[in-house]
Amino acid sequence: MNLKLRALTKSLWVFHAATSPCNNCDIEILDALTPRHDIERFGMVLAGSVRHADVLLVTGVPNYKTKERLKKLYSQAPKPCLVAAIGNCACGRIMFKDSYNSPCPVDEIVPVDVYISGCPPKPEAIIAGVVKLINKVTSSAKGT
Amino acid sequence: MSHKIVIPIGPYHPLQEEPEFFRLYVDGEKVVDIDIVIGYMHRGIEELSEHNHFDQVPFLVERICGICSHSHPNAYVLAVEDILGGERNVVPERALYIRTIIDEMQRIHSHLLWLGLAGHFIGYNTVWMWAWRYREPILDMFEMITGNRQHYAMCKVGGVRRDIRPQDIPILRKALDELVPVIDMFKGAVMDDPVIQARLKGIGILNRQQAIDWCAVGPTARAAGLDIDVRRDEPYGVTDRLKWNVIIEKDGDIFAKTKVRILELYESINMIRQCLDKLPEGPIDADIKDIPPGEGIGRVEAPRGECFHYVRADGTNRPIRHKIRAPSYMNVASNKVAAVGGTISDAAITLAAVDPCYCCTERTAVLEKGSEKKIMNGFDLIKLSQEKTEKIRNNKDNRD
Amino acid sequence: MIKEEVRKRLGNKIKDWHKHGLRRVYFSFEPRDVKEIVAILFKELGMRFATASGQDTPAGLEIIYHFSFDKTGEMFSGRVLIKDKARPEIDSIANLFPGAEWIEREMWEMLGINFKGHPNLKRLLLAEDWPEGKHPLRKG
Repeated sequence: MNLKLRALTKSLWVFHAATSPCNNCDIEILDALTPRHDIERFGMVLAGSVRHADVLLVTGVPNYKTKERLKKLYSQAPKPCLVAAIGNCACGRIMFKDSYNSPCPVDEIVPVDVYISGCPPKPEAIIAGVVKLINKVTSSAKGT
Repeated sequence: MSHKIVIPIGPYHPLQEEPEFFRLYVDGEKVVDIDIVIGYMHRGIEELSEHNHFDQVPFLVERICGICSHSHPNAYVLAVEDILGGERNVVPERALYIRTIIDEMQRIHSHLLWLGLAGHFIGYNTVWMWAWRYREPILDMFEMITGNRQHYAMCKVGGVRRDIRPQDIPILRKALDELVPVIDMFKGAVMDDPVIQARLKGIGILNRQQAIDWCAVGPTARAAGLDIDVRRDEPYGVTDRLKWNVIIEKDGDIFAKTKVRILELYESINMIRQCLDKLPEGPIDADIKDIPPGEGIGRVEAPRGECFHYVRADGTNRPIRHKIRAPSYMNVASNKVAAVGGTISDAAITLAAVDPCYCCTERTAVLEKGSEKKIMNGFDLIKLSQEKTEKIRNNKDNRD
Repeated sequence: MIKEEVRKRLGNKIKDWHKHGLRRVYFSFEPRDVKEIVAILFKELGMRFATASGQDTPAGLEIIYHFSFDKTGEMFSGRVLIKDKARPEIDSIANLFPGAEWIEREMWEMLGINFKGHPNLKRLLLAEDWPEGKHPLRKG
């Protein structure tokens, strides 16, 4: 495993991009940071700017306003940047797919590496999803 | 104005949930004007609602906001029951009690959430961590009763979907009993701390007349001395059968808003206890089949204020118009007067004080007219706020 | 009683007055009277403006102004019908009190109703590049 990947998977810094969610997934993300779940013990920190982040956590169904922002955020992120779609909205738009203000799902805007479903996913599910993401990255690195 | 500087806050911010965009116009340290841009959360729910039948809409409106995810379905079913002849004539007794219990539990969880975020904004991260930690038992109770930590899906037209099992009641009582000393601690920590007082008193004032003009609702209006609370003015659930007080403050500053919310936590706990005492036996659902043509209005006191739903039916199985007015819609607009006249370092807490689903920035750019350009990231604004607290704290220590 | 008071003050400007349940009153009035009626309800009778809801109906565009009298918890909903669907216009109430500013902006973009005299009529919820003349809540 190369050094870059090793550094990446040791401590993931996450940036949280809310693309018109209902807040719940975002609260659960923050919840994962607070004492009960304390995701910081795994080296995960919420980054203030996407330029410092390794993982982009996307929640919600993008609308015409946030779609462009999400594209911009992804282009600003240092690569490799992993993307996690959190919640059913980000995974598949569920009941909002017929809305006039919902142009496309998240994975048509940015490449998604892990889908964490649930409405909202529990903090445990978010942690489990991120662990799967780490395993995916390390195992694919070993394979090549 | 020659030195007018524009500070955009938003739409993305590391800690807040919803993207919102504020454009602060500042002169030196002072905020002289503010432009609020919303719409980053717009999903067209009002229009979608017209394509879903009456029993599907509660699930849709629940997803308007994750924090008050009981208030919106509750207001919607009240509106539909208003068409049917009023909640009291339609809904079974036990369901009324269960609705009130869930409503008040949601208020506790929401106010604790806000308290934590407010603590963070002024540099008390301990308050943030504590508040969110003590919020967890309430979420556990939600999971026990409704099956989900958030999005409870309890309301349906004519009743509630799930019953509270008898074996759950002692557990819920115990959780409430354990919460009281925690709120006592918060009350002491927030209200008696001279540094917090220095940061919050006299800041972000929305006075009584401004609250009327901007049609503010909820704790924002009550902190400004307006005596309004839907739970008392137009009782829904069983709020008129319980003994509780409407908390009113006069000052309209952030301290008053904080105080209203903390004291409301006690009232909510008290209300849930009374509901559990009185909880009658019986059915929980009236099994409504058809919705006749007509129009109805449902109002609920969400944690942030009055949540308003207007539903019109034409005799088919879908609403033909569903207007939703969330409380933050009125309160966020009132930031325009609350934040103007303050300093930049107070802006973060002032904008957060109405408990909006507020969100600031992915980066903040300070544009000095024409030439100089400075990029700050989202933490810097909070950092500015936290540094101010630190300064006040140090000054206090030196004097002591 | 506030209901009688409202009826007396608004006089013959209102029609179709009807009560629904204990706390709901609906009435309709002509678009040209909107400022006067809103001023009486809001300024003189001390009601709180809850919101306004616009709707596209076959007869025209309808706006309902919802006012809440918080002392008794009654809602007074005044309805106006703008018959001209091609160029709907009504006086803005946002210069009477600022709390109505956002909702008028929202109705302007959702239904295409022009509010005459609105201080700041621009997009509120939709994206900046949303096509002109396309209104999500218009039917057909």
